[in-house]
Amino acid sequence: MMSCAVALVLTACGERPQVVSYKQGSYQGKPDTQPWTNAPYNGDRKQWDDAIRTRNQTQNEYKRIGG
Amino acid sequence: MARMKFLCDAERCIECNGCVTACKQEHEIPWGVNRRRVVTINDGVPGERSISVACMHCSDAPCAAVCPVDCFYRTEEGVVLHDKDLCIGCGYCFYACPFGAPQFPQAGAFGVRGKMDKCTFCAGGPEKDLSEVEFRKYGRNRLAEGKLPACAEMCSTKALLGGDGDVLADIYRQRVTVRGKGGEVWGWATAYGPAPAGGQAPGAAPAPGQSAPTGQKS
Repeated sequence: MMSCAVALVLTACGERPQVVSYKQGSYQGKPDTQPWTNAPYNGDRKQWDDAIRTRNQTQNEYKRIGG
Repeated sequence: MARMKFLCDAERCIECNGCVTACKQEHEIPWGVNRRRVVTINDGVPGERSISVACMHCSDAPCAAVCPVDCFYRTEEGVVLHDKDLCIGCGYCFYACPFGAPQFPQAGAFGVRGKMDKCTFCAGGPEKDLSEVEFRKYGRNRLAEGKLPACAEMCSTKALLGGDGDVLADIYRQRVTVRGKGGEVWGWATAYGPAPAGGQAPGAAPAPGQSAPTGQKS
């Protein structure tokens, strides 16, 4: 009974700090994955590069319409 | 590796706001937040020009430099993104950005500012790619789908180009050669920095026969 009461009283002592410690000049957020990591490319970077390259070239109407 | 950039051709932009609409629709952006907008200079007078403006994903992003909580990062493709879980909505990035890209939703009463929102180059953010939570916080992740930004792909006159900077410079060089004018690329010098010593300024017109201005400074 006594130990339960002591544990209850000391609960707050175990509280984790809720303020993030910031280091100047470096990203402090969550890590991000590469765009080709997940579906539909599943890590196939070459396929993703090819898709982006194709999309890039469709913006060039001189090539797109053969002018 | 592609170095993602935006390029707006002021000779072609017809101020249709298709890019703005595409962005709004693609990411379900709320009222009051404009990740992309069209700015018209000399409106109604001869020489009028329109430019589509959003985050240019600068090589040396001033927003990241002034952020007190360091919530900005650059991806391997050169896209400047931020972690909304870390952002405190202080607005420093808004004052630092030369393009007015950071937007702040009015969250709640008394004009309280919410977390910063800006163009992500349709690359989502630091959440699981193509997940619901990523869409809710950052919008759609078209890059992970192998697509380029919706604004650029939707542009009817192809005034707005988005993608690998080298390819964009090639496309633009060909245009300038064909039409023989309008070689200034608005915003490139500001966003992508000075060229390496002895090189051509990234904002200048790529002359016919010259190599593509890259101006990367990662």
